[in-house]
Amino acid sequence: MPPLKSAATPVASVLAADARHTVTVVLNGTPRTGQAHPRLLLSDFLRHELGAHGTRVGCEHGVCGACTVRIDGVAQRACLTLAVQADGRRIDTVEGLSQSNQGPTEGRMTALQEAFRRHHALQCGFCTAGILMSLSDYLGRNPKPTEEELRDMLSGHLCRCTGYAGIVRAVMDVTGQAAACDTRSGEAAHV
Amino acid sequence: MTVMRTVWNGAADPKAAAGTGAPALVGRPMPRVEDGALLTGVARYADDLPAKPGTLHAAILRSPHAHAEILGVDTAAALAVPGVAAVVTGTDAQRVASPFLVGVRAPMEHWCLAVDRVRHVGEPVAVVLADSRYQAEDALDRIAVRYRPLPPVTSIVQALDPASEPLHPALGSNLVNSRSFRYGDPEAAFARADRSVSVEVEFPRNSCTPMECFVVLADHDAAEDAYEVLSNFSGPFAVHPVMARALKVPGSRLRLKTPPHSGGSFGNKQAVFPYIVLMAVCARVAGRPVKWVEDRLEHLMAATSATARRMRIDAAVEADGRVLALRMEQTEDCGAYLRAPEPASLYRNHGNLTGAYDIPNLAVTNRIVVTNKTPTGLNRGFGGGQLYYGLERLMNRVAVELGLDPLDVIRRNLVAAEAMPYRTASGGSLDSGDYPATLEEAVRDGALDALKARRDARRAEGRLYGIGYAAVVEPSISNMGYITTVLTAEERRKAGPKNGAQATASVAVDPTGGVSVHVSSAPQGQGHRTVLAQVVADVFGLRFEDVRVNTDLDTGKDAWSIASGNYSSRFAGAVAGAAQVAATRLRDRMAALVAGSLNSRPEEVRFAGGKVFAAGNPDNALSFSRVAAAGHWAPGTLPDGREAALRETAFWTPEPLKAPTDADYINSSACYGFIFDFCGVEIDRDTGAVRIDRYVTMHDAGRLLNPLLVEGQILGGFAHAVGAALYEEYAYGDDGRFLSGTFADYLVPTACEVPVPVILHRESPSPVTPLGAKGVGEGNCMSTPACLANAVADALGGPVPSLPLTPAKIAALIHPPEPPRPAGPAGAVAAPAPSASGGRGLSGEGSREVPAPPEQVWAILLDPKELAALLPGCEALDRAGPDAYRAEVVVGIGPVRGRYTAEVALSDLDPPRSLTLSGSGSSALGTGRGTGHVTLERTAGGTRVTYRYSAEVGGKVAAVGGRMLDSASRLLIGQFFEKLVARAGGAPAPAERPGLLARLLRFLGLNR
Ligand code: FES
Ligand code: FES
Repeated sequence: MPPLKSAATPVASVLAADARHTVTVVLNGTPRTGQAHPRLLLSDFLRHELGAHGTRVGCEHGVCGACTVRIDGVAQRACLTLAVQADGRRIDTVEGLSQSNQGPTEGRMTALQEAFRRHHALQCGFCTAGILMSLSDYLGRNPKPTEEELRDMLSGHLCRCTGYAGIVRAVMDVTGQAAACDTRSGEAAHV
Repeated sequence: MTVMRTVWNGAADPKAAAGTGAPALVGRPMPRVEDGALLTGVARYADDLPAKPGTLHAAILRSPHAHAEILGVDTAAALAVPGVAAVVTGTDAQRVASPFLVGVRAPMEHWCLAVDRVRHVGEPVAVVLADSRYQAEDALDRIAVRYRPLPPVTSIVQALDPASEPLHPALGSNLVNSRSFRYGDPEAAFARADRSVSVEVEFPRNSCTPMECFVVLADHDAAEDAYEVLSNFSGPFAVHPVMARALKVPGSRLRLKTPPHSGGSFGNKQAVFPYIVLMAVCARVAGRPVKWVEDRLEHLMAATSATARRMRIDAAVEADGRVLALRMEQTEDCGAYLRAPEPASLYRNHGNLTGAYDIPNLAVTNRIVVTNKTPTGLNRGFGGGQLYYGLERLMNRVAVELGLDPLDVIRRNLVAAEAMPYRTASGGSLDSGDYPATLEEAVRDGALDALKARRDARRAEGRLYGIGYAAVVEPSISNMGYITTVLTAEERRKAGPKNGAQATASVAVDPTGGVSVHVSSAPQGQGHRTVLAQVVADVFGLRFEDVRVNTDLDTGKDAWSIASGNYSSRFAGAVAGAAQVAATRLRDRMAALVAGSLNSRPEEVRFAGGKVFAAGNPDNALSFSRVAAAGHWAPGTLPDGREAALRETAFWTPEPLKAPTDADYINSSACYGFIFDFCGVEIDRDTGAVRIDRYVTMHDAGRLLNPLLVEGQILGGFAHAVGAALYEEYAYGDDGRFLSGTFADYLVPTACEVPVPVILHRESPSPVTPLGAKGVGEGNCMSTPACLANAVADALGGPVPSLPLTPAKIAALIHPPEPPRPAGPAGAVAAPAPSASGGRGLSGEGSREVPAPPEQVWAILLDPKELAALLPGCEALDRAGPDAYRAEVVVGIGPVRGRYTAEVALSDLDPPRSLTLSGSGSSALGTGRGTGHVTLERTAGGTRVTYRYSAEVGGKVAAVGGRMLDSASRLLIGQFFEKLVARAGGAPAPAERPGLLARLLRFLGLNR
């Protein structure tokens, strides 16, 4: 497998394939260390080595977006990244979006998370972490996307439950805009 | 506007709240209690739950063949791989398990691991159990399976052909079951009708593909011979006895637990059950706990699928469009095995075969066939998408052929409001609703007139624009007896009656006065906990947050029955209803106990605002928690002979669900909602792409318990339906190869493809369910594909291709066939062409100049050592005969890398001018076959090597790498000739092209 260009430091070919290597990441602000064979996916490393289960795996071939995390701030597919490529980097996952692990979630979620709840932007929730991580990067760069831009960006994620309408509404709401169409509108629904 | 004609509140409904005037929670769009955990990442799905120490990880070896005999399985090399603890094969399954029960009497054996034959690509053949999943997958490559391929059966037409190779030889043919039904007097109706109108349609295989795949954790207690399994199984729990039988234990020794969260199902997670049995067998054989997490390729290839169906319907019609009778022929493709609960897909709608229409005469022939494809199972819409696709296309054809407005044909045939409850020809009982009024409301509030004006305007501009309609009834709460309609009355008598749809709920109060609810509904993301908190809080006059709902299920501890689970849209009607029944019983018992101390009669005790009081004296109130807790702390002070009111479990079954009668009348579902849809679509003349311009969907699903969640169900079902109508298909080659193995091949609609429909409601409470609610989550999977196809037919003014309505199929209808392509320049590689046998066919040609005389090039090609160096990925090459070799080759295409054992042969040798190089190989990843014709031509600078090749690839590689095969083969062949040039003393090969993965990433925009 060729090194991904998305990781700034190419994986050195000196890593022994059948040995485990120490990988240290700053996970949601806290340094965490684990062991990884060179072929271990970042998604597996986060979930099974570090116990950060909030990142989900839906396809392991880069299409569904469920595994999206931020690596040094940039939203990326954890299933297309090797754990060893993440060594020394900052990894942000859904668990870090709010202070949820310190107590009841009430009042501790970000505005975006709250909007997701209000607009029923999730059902099974399996796609949600990845979408939130993509949005947290994207909205930083494009704070007021048009609905078309937003849908274009969301097309990097698959959701099988919601039909995306609630997700679009939640984002338009949290960015201070009205969604062009909703299920109550008598207006034509154009995509 | 959302239009809600019926306004409900607790005070108006004596059954809901305690009659206190407090605003009821039921009917309000409450945000969900589930969301906090899901949004913050702390929610635990099956793969997130702790595994026991010493757990082995399973990887499954799957068949690369659609149909083959297994001649032998050699596991020795796999067992030698470090970390591998055991390899389990069909022989082990035969030792400790038995085949699954089949719903019809037919000699067909389905084992959890293939025993002597594989019948579809992806069928499990062996399981490796190792310390890690990575190790287990490594070892899969080391299992050697010898197969003898058999002719595959890959279509319904082929399966019906008596000459097709029988999948189950004892059965003798691929037609498993055939039954005919006759209701009313269809022959007389056809004889007296003005004319008859027919359609023939075929519904493709597809699936709702939940984002979370299957997960099983299994353990075996050897001392008690008992199994304990945790899995994201969704039910129906009628499958539990099937699993227990396969494991040869009573149900009490198969303890099945479900996780607190599940990543979607849409019916599909019913199909995890064979893997529950498989992993239980593995745990028993290995003597250690086992964990298996399905990957996406496995899911797409071999988890489950909706049935494909061929349907012909003839309608006896009057000149005004009134339909007097239907004659239906349905043939259902259930895949390689009839897996429980199939053939349910075909019979689920038996009571509502005439849809929303008053058609009293009906003749039906149902056939079930097996094919060399993945076994079918539950999938959102379950049989309804198939049925209504035929029925609503037919109603459209009636209008077109009689020159009538399609909407008028629907109007003329709808069941009238006065006829409710309406008994259908085949015995269904449409429970409530005013279909004609609902339709007119949709026409008005959904602004059909404006849409027609829009169509006219677009057409005036020369654009392809069409309007489609569909009217359907949405069945919910399946009768557990409907499947037995596949049996004859005689067979049913022998088997004993099956009927009902029992739902289970327990409500308890704890010593602090807290209320908890447990149901066996196995939710998969729909928000059951939220709705149940609304329902139960209303009964006790408590706040939403005072009620805690638990939906994990443990068959060893919780109340459940065979109808338990998450399917047939049974939650709102049956499960929420059962919870209300249990809570009301508990409340009434508390009222009886506390009445004395309130100086009141039990029926006058009220529960509201967290207080308990007598209706006439609200000031003398006790707190709810005190009344509730008293049963725990002071049972000694209860009135004589009375039990404390601590917990109630209700088992509720809908009254109208009886077994099929001897004449095969069956009310297959408890409730029937009504849906009327219309839409406008525009077709791009150049590309053939269908754009949904406007979609209006009107639902009458009875009483809405939580409108926010109802809307979510409709939007989700609609998205699935858009996928099924326009994009999704489990595609197979004619030889049974599976071609849709990734989400880049199986196209799930994204946010750019799913429009937001206009949703309208009417509420006609069901008289059948405790809360008046009906199911709502599946309706659009039934109505929308037909509605979109009718709109496309209107736009094209003619026939529509089979689903999915892809741009390519529609463009082929719009455009005349293109002239043949001119021959390409040397070196060009032709696009993948469908091969004769239907696999992924590849062909191409090219030429290279090599700086050596033909004799030298010839010598290189004929020297095994040289050939080994030239073949990309060749690790070993042994002579297997004159001009024949056996090679070990490792080839990677896209995300899959496979080790192939290839037979390579040289033939047509004409030294030093030309030869044919042919090869075939197979591995766990699939099969490959190809020939290359090479000619050597002397030139001034050496030799011009010209080659022409054709190849076919099947199995996993074809399934996942389809889009990349073309470039991958070009790359491999390029490598071969670069090396040949280098060997012949030519210039070094130019810099290597970027790897496939890098190019894929760039394509996906991920490789910044
Ligand atoms: S799991 Fe990484 S993109 Fe699907
Ligand atoms: S909420 Fe289930 S996949 Fe998006």
